[in-house]
Amino acid sequence: MARIIAGIGTSHTPAIGAAVDNGKTAEPYWAPLFKGYEPAKKWMADVKPDVVIMVYNDHVNAFDFKIIPTFAIGCADEYPIADEGWGPRPVPPVKGHPEMASHLVQSLVLDEFDITIVNEMQVDHGLTVPLTLLFGSPAAWPVRVIPLAVNVVQYPAPTGNRCYNLGKAIKKAVESWDEDVNVVIFGTGGMSHQIQGKRAGLINKDFDTRFLDGLTKDPVALTKIAPIEYLREAGNEAIELVMWLVMRGALGDGAEEIYRFYHVPASSTGVGNIIIETKDFHAQRAKKSAA
Amino acid sequence: MDRKPQPYDDIPGTTVFDAQRARKGYHLNQFLYSLMSAANRKEFLAGEHAYLAKFPMLEEQRQAVMKRDWNTLLELGGVSYALAKLAFTDEHSYQYMAAEMTGMTQKEYMDMMIGGGRSVEGWRSKKERGEA
Repeated sequence: MARIIAGIGTSHTPAIGAAVDNGKTAEPYWAPLFKGYEPAKKWMADVKPDVVIMVYNDHVNAFDFKIIPTFAIGCADEYPIADEGWGPRPVPPVKGHPEMASHLVQSLVLDEFDITIVNEMQVDHGLTVPLTLLFGSPAAWPVRVIPLAVNVVQYPAPTGNRCYNLGKAIKKAVESWDEDVNVVIFGTGGMSHQIQGKRAGLINKDFDTRFLDGLTKDPVALTKIAPIEYLREAGNEAIELVMWLVMRGALGDGAEEIYRFYHVPASSTGVGNIIIETKDFHAQRAKKSAA
Repeated sequence: MDRKPQPYDDIPGTTVFDAQRARKGYHLNQFLYSLMSAANRKEFLAGEHAYLAKFPMLEEQRQAVMKRDWNTLLELGGVSYALAKLAFTDEHSYQYMAAEMTGMTQKEYMDMMIGGGRSVEGWRSKKERGEA
């Protein structure tokens, strides 16, 4: 049986990818951020998941304005890297898991989540920056990736509650897949930021801290944050945080926070990173380290 | 048809890309999407108006593109992620575009971010700011 072992919350700011690609990670502006991700990178190298479900949003790269799916799952063998306007990032193409992805789609649709199936698409910084932050710069990515793209470009994004329930249905779908694989699910984007209009540059550290706390203390309370509250309190683009609730919904009750990092700024963004292990996986790890 | 007011219109300095703006901005955004190709970026920079004429956009959208008038482009239905492709075509960053939208210099904007960003205090509501 396949199982979800943990969730990762992380921002996916494109400037972070550019800093890595242009060799700027040791510069004073960037060094604290990359240092803050070291423990998460180490955790990932230790845990070595087989599959990553990457909940992210496309930024007008895979999808133009002809078709805007609210929830889309990639069922391709491989995903090329998009040219977002400055040339593609120099990172390896992303290997998919078409069989498992198709199984997830089937299970989710029967569970009444109307998922769009995507058999060919390019992936942008929303997906590749989290891979870079957690897996570094290998010649080939060490995991297979199932992309789950959420519309946050055209208002309204799906509600936090809908995303949380989708996460629960993903847990069920993963657990009904026969292959013996460990899955880590990512919720990406956010945290507080606004990159448009006269209010650009908005950061709300208190909001972000409450959100990080809530992921383990009271995730259901987070599902009640209304769309307008994200926009007003944490910036127009903070609505991306609903994607973290898909991740949290997939972890089940009693999940444990094991690492957290928060840093302002990366470009215009309040950057957050959290690792949350499921109750079972956490107990298993504790037993192992005691032995 | 005039824009039907929405509750989030009260958030100051923010242009929410909703269905009404998406309809108005459709061809503008499709033009911006075309800048994902290096060949198209080159052709656009070599003759902006001729390139823009290939898209059935409003003339005021074309003028705002040529002026890089970011806030007007938001009003005319452009969405920030697509507008960024115009900034990238000019070899600028997201941060450059964001700073331009605020009317601050690059340095002022960057210093504000390094200082922890713009506080939400005073930026929650137009009503609160006396703008509505």
